[in-house]
This record gives sequence, C-alpha cells and structure tokens, in this order.
Amino acid sequence: MAEKIIGRLSGLYKEFPRKGGTAPTATHYCPGCGHGILHKLIGEAMGDLEIADRTIVISPVGCSVFAYYYFNCGNIQVAHGRAPAVATGISRAEDNAVVISYQGDGDLASIGLNETLQAANRGEKLAVFFVNNTIYGMTGGQMAPTTLIGEKTTTCPTGRDPRFSGYPIHMCELINNLKAPVFIERVAISDIKNIRKARRAVRKALEIQRDGKGYAFVEVLSNCPTNLKQDSQESIDFINNVMTKEFPLGNLRDNSEEAESFKRSVSDFSIDSINGLYDLKNDSSPDAINDPEFGDVQVKVAGFGGQGVLSMGLILARAACKDSRHVSWYPSYGPEQRGGTSNCSVMISGELVGSPVVHSPDVLIAMNRPSLEKFADDVEPGGVIIYDSVASDFKFKQGVKAVAVPARQLAAKGGSERAANTVMLGVLKTLGCTKLSDEVFYQAIADNFAAKPKLIDLNHKILDQAAKWTKENIK
Amino acid sequence: MATQLIKGNHAVIVGALYAGCDCYFGYPITPASEILQEASQLFPKVGRKFVQAESEEAAVNMAYGAASTGHRVLTASSGLGISLKQECISYMAGSQLPCVIVDIMRAGPGLGNIGPEQGDYNQVVKGGGHGNYKCIVLAPNSVQEMCDFTLRAFDLAFEYRGPVYVLADAVLGQMVEPIRFPEKAVEPKIDTSWAVNATAETKENLITSIVLDFQILEDFNYELQEKYALIEKNEVDYEEYKIEDADIVLVSYGISSRICRTTVDQTRKQGIKVGLFRPISLYPFPNDRLKELAGKNGCQFVSVEMSNGQMLEDIKLAIQCSKQVHLVNRLGGNLITMDQIISKIKELAD
Repeated sequence: MAEKIIGRLSGLYKEFPRKGGTAPTATHYCPGCGHGILHKLIGEAMGDLEIADRTIVISPVGCSVFAYYYFNCGNIQVAHGRAPAVATGISRAEDNAVVISYQGDGDLASIGLNETLQAANRGEKLAVFFVNNTIYGMTGGQMAPTTLIGEKTTTCPTGRDPRFSGYPIHMCELINNLKAPVFIERVAISDIKNIRKARRAVRKALEIQRDGKGYAFVEVLSNCPTNLKQDSQESIDFINNVMTKEFPLGNLRDNSEEAESFKRSVSDFSIDSINGLYDLKNDSSPDAINDPEFGDVQVKVAGFGGQGVLSMGLILARAACKDSRHVSWYPSYGPEQRGGTSNCSVMISGELVGSPVVHSPDVLIAMNRPSLEKFADDVEPGGVIIYDSVASDFKFKQGVKAVAVPARQLAAKGGSERAANTVMLGVLKTLGCTKLSDEVFYQAIADNFAAKPKLIDLNHKILDQAAKWTKENIK
Repeated sequence: MATQLIKGNHAVIVGALYAGCDCYFGYPITPASEILQEASQLFPKVGRKFVQAESEEAAVNMAYGAASTGHRVLTASSGLGISLKQECISYMAGSQLPCVIVDIMRAGPGLGNIGPEQGDYNQVVKGGGHGNYKCIVLAPNSVQEMCDFTLRAFDLAFEYRGPVYVLADAVLGQMVEPIRFPEKAVEPKIDTSWAVNATAETKENLITSIVLDFQILEDFNYELQEKYALIEKNEVDYEEYKIEDADIVLVSYGISSRICRTTVDQTRKQGIKVGLFRPISLYPFPNDRLKELAGKNGCQFVSVEMSNGQMLEDIKLAIQCSKQVHLVNRLGGNLITMDQIISKIKELAD
C-alpha cells in the first residue's frame, strides 16, 4: 500500500488575505458552487507535481475573476475572453512557465471563442480549465453559449429557443477537430466518482505542462445553484441527469505519451548578432553632407506594376546616398502595386529633405503612356521627361525636354528584356540631370543586386549601353 | 557607425531589436504590415519571439501576457487596428504594464483608405480606451526617428510602467531614408519588483486591474494622475525651427511638419517671418512653451495637420485661447501641399 503523505505542498494558499473580510479561509464563491472543488483539484496537482513556483494562473472575467485570491503561484488577471491570447504571450516569453487559463462558459465559448480555438490550434503550451455551468454567473444568470435548449435564464426567460439563440456549443468536440491539442477531456465535479475522474484529468493536463508538451483542454461540468435556482441536490442531479446528456463525459484525446517536449528559442541580445542581421560591416553608406549649393532634384518614376519602377527609384536613391546626398524615396503602395500603375518619388537634396512626395518633378521617368498622361503636365519648366518610345505620339507641354528611349529594345540587346528600367537609369545618369557622379550608379547597382552577383554584370553592361545610346542620340 | 537606406516601417524593427525587445505580436494591416513582416523575418534569427496573432485584440493581449512577465514587447497597427486594441491598452494602463505600440495612421473613419492621415490623434493622445489614463506618445517625422523613438519608447514604457505609443503615418511607414544604426544594444533585465515571471521570487507579485473597493480604486486613480504629472514635468519634447523672430508659427508634427519646414524656408525667401513649432511628445503636449510663444506680441498660430483640428484643440488649450489658432489641413488620404500652407500664411501676413 502506498504511503499516504499528509499536509503535502499545495498550490493553494492556506488563508486568503487578498480577499479581505473577516473569514480568512472562506472563498468568495456561493455555497454549493463548483469552483471551489476545481480550485482544490488544480491546487493539489500543482503542489504534488511541484510546479507551483513556475506556474502562472490567468484569472478571467466572471465569478473566477478572483482566482488569484486562492492560487499560491504567479497570478495575472485579464480582460473578458482574452486569456488564451495572454497565455500565448506568457508562454512565448517564458518558456519555463506552466500556464493555466481558467475560464467560464461566457468567457471561453462566447466572447473569447476565437482566442480559444486559435490558441488550441497553435498548440500553445497551456492548460485550459473550462468551467461549464450553462449560465453567466457574475453578471446575474444570463444565457450562455452552453445554455441547454429550453433552459430558462434571465435573458431567455421562456427557455432557450434554438430558432432565436442557436444550440449549446460543444467545446471539447470543436477543439477535437484541431490537430495540435495533446489532451481533451470532459469531466464533472458532481459526485465523488466524477471528482476522482476530474482529478485525474486535471493532473494529466498539468503533467503535460510540466513536461512542456503542448495544449491540454479540460471541460468541467459544474453547478451554479444561485443562478439556476437549485438546492445542492438539485444542482448535482442537474449535472448528472441533464447536462451530461447534452455534454457527454469522457476523454476525447490523450496523446500525452506520444507528444514530445519542445523548447522555444533563447533570445540573443548581443549587438554583434543584431549588426549581423543587417550586414552592417559590409553594407554601409556615407552620411549625408550639408551642401546648400547642390539644391535639390525631384524625380518621379512611373510605369506599370512589374516594370521595375519602384526598384529603379530605390537604386537611384541608393546612388544619391552613396554620393553623400540627403535622399528620400516614397512609393505608391497598396492596391496600386498589384496591377495598374505604380510610381515613386525620389528627392535628392543638399539639405534635409522636407516633404518626400514629389508633386512637381524636375525629372519624370515614364515607362508607359498612362504615366505620361498622369504626370507629364506636372513637370517643372526646364525639366526633363525620359519616356519609353512606345508612347511616341504624346504631345508635351512647352519648356520641357522630352527624351524618347527605345528602352525595351536596348535592354533586349543588352541581354535582358526585363531590364528596361536599367536602360532608363543609364539615360538619366548620362544626361546628368541628377547631378550625381557616374560612379555611384554603378555602386548602387552592385549593392542592389548583391544577393545575385550575376545580375550585377548584366545591369552594368546595360547601363553602359544606355550611356552609349544617349551620347549618340541625344544632344 | 553604419548608415543604410531603410523603409520607415522596417526602421521600427531596427529600433526594437537594439532596444532589447523580446517579443513581437501583430496582425496584418496596410500600411503597417511591413513591421509585422520584418519582425517575422528578423526576430527568430536572434531567438526573439514572434507570433502572427488571429486578431488585433489577440495580438495586444499576447503583448499583455509577455509584458506581465517583464519582457520588452512590441505590437503595431494602423488606426482601425488601434481601435480594436484600445480595450487591452486600458487594461495595460490599469495593470501598469510597459508595452510599445506603433500606429501607422491611415485615413478614416471606418475602413477609409490606405492613404496617410493623422486622424488617430485623439484616440491615441487622449487615452483612447475607458478610464482615466494617458499614454506617452512620441511622433517621429523621419525614418531615423522611427528607429530612435521606438528605442526611446521602450525606456519610457519601463521607466513609467505603462503603454507608450509611437505615432506615425502612412508616409513615414512607407518611405525610405538613410538611417544611422544605434551603436548600443540593450540587454534587458527582468524587473522582479513587479513582474510575474514564473519564479518563486515573483510569485507574490500580482498583475491586475480589478479593484472592487471604490476608495482604493479612487486612490489608485489619483496615483496614476501623479504619475502623469511627473511625465508632464519630465518628458515634454519639441523641436523649433526659425521660431525666434517668427510672426507666424506653424504647429505641426509627423510628416506634415516636414512639409512645413520646407514652407518656412520658402516663405522666408519672400520676406515673411514664419517659424515651425513641432511637438515631438504629443502627450505630454508642450503646453508651457506654446504659452510662452503666445505671450509674444503679434505671433499667430497655424495648426497644420492631416486631421479635423484635433491637435488645434490642444494648441488652443495650451495658449488658453489667448490667440486665434488657424487651421490648414487635408483629410481622406491627401497630403498637405506647400502651396496650401503658403496661401494661408499670405492671408495672415496681409
């Protein structure tokens, strides 16, 4: 016969000073309420498994909002329905923590149903104890998602009618549709036999947490004599004879043997590791120099999505950065990126850049006709428009220099039809309208394609060809 | 020292990594999604924790959980998502939990559109959720400050134990500028005096915001107000540009302040003395300095904001309505143009 240990370490406080009042060992629960029994089962298991010091119990909203009066472990109180999300945060931040979410039916199956299912689906390291008594207790006996058909509450005074209020939600069965949970069981605390089974399920759920194996869900059919207006025997009979018909007791899943313990990563805060993420050793530009003489150059690049409009703008911005200029790049974003037109603004300046959005460009690069139609009239007098020669019949306003470039042909000749944007960049460079040195364009391309070295040579070659074409064709 | 071209939203993650931020929890939303994406890529590479949550509420409640354990936590969204997060941010204020929240504002109300706006001013600067609380709000106006202010926000969140916002807009989130990388990285320590860290040492600490006793809750509320008074005393921050001799003072933050800065230079060339006053901390608002400026003879104020006079009200309060405060604004995703500001300046200068 096993030795009986008396006075074993418990996960419950012996007295409850957080509760206040004159009866230090009495709970705040109503006489006959099931919470006390479940608290005791959890507290005992925490003690026996020697996990109380590393356990955090999440007190929900509802009658058990004051669970922290009783559990002798870390305690965190949270908003209605959010406990599984909070538990996720705790568990991810503190891998060693045993996290318990203790929730009632309104909290877990109504306002927090999404958090409940999603945490279960992620297989968080979390034990959920779900107290199902078919009614909202704390707020005064309203209909719960688990209220039985025909059961009367203060918000279904003639009994729950499925035509208006739907059917009782079966949480264990819902969760049993998910792959990740390790353990799912429905128990009751209505009599000694059931309490023994409940005790085993509670322990199993906490052993899974002790071993870091994942998600465990225990639904506990419980009573609420106050709101269901039952005496103690009636409330027990209600569980055993009525509730269990709707919510059958039993284990739905126990993978605790097969499930493996898993550890989460350890955070690395060292500056070398962070610098490494950004490759700061190899990839760094000079700081901008204040040079009011330089003035500013405002560039708009526009075309169809997929023509490399945004990346051309970025390469130009990189070039300006390499040239120690102040620079900003600002894209059109969102739905425009996915088909239709796309554009970006590049500001190059000798001083701090004010607005990063170019309204009146000094230079417009237009990869298609719609871009000319949209932006050509905004170009400053004396400005330059570099456009793809497919838009040959466009009428430009007076006072701007318009340069038609057979961009696709030149790109194809250079070895990649897709590099029409690099052709445009080469023309821009050679016309000198950005006031940047030639060299920084080559550097910017090298940086931009650093991950694909083959493309560096190709694009440098296309840049050269575009320069040659510009010198031969543009005065 | 290293400089790289970085997108505003990515710079938030730069700041967070160097600030010792341990956990990121978020949900996709334009124009803030790149913060989430960047965190998903970089956090796991240095063992930091990342979860794409099922909802904005879940994301901020994950932050609540991780913050309860004393870790440094970040979440980000745009206005619609911030509206959803407000419940938990009130709980964070009540439970005195440090957390950094980044808001990349887009145009509203409702679903609005994804263009830039500054219409979240009231919901972020005035508390936003239920109860008597405030959050420190820092307003960057460059990609560099997206990084630097995120870093600073963590220090403030822990110093004052509460949620701290970095309030930016779609332009700042989407634009690319060079930033100088931080030269130090924070190696955070858990503050065991309040955190619940799954250890015997922190077991008796309690994270909660429920206080049944009216008197005790009132006392707690007054304690919070004392904390806010301290914040108002210590954490006011602003930037002034050509303000000394200004007859007209533009008051503007975020991307609007960049447009104002260029406008100041332009209008000064035309002989009009214009200056820029840029609140950096929106809460605490730089009331005293604005009042001092209002005391100067003849100085007029223009609130330049992409919202319907939300900040203008704070300027009026700061100067105790001693002067009229004019409004130049755009809404619906449109940026304010320099011409628009100049025409108001000329109207006032005449």
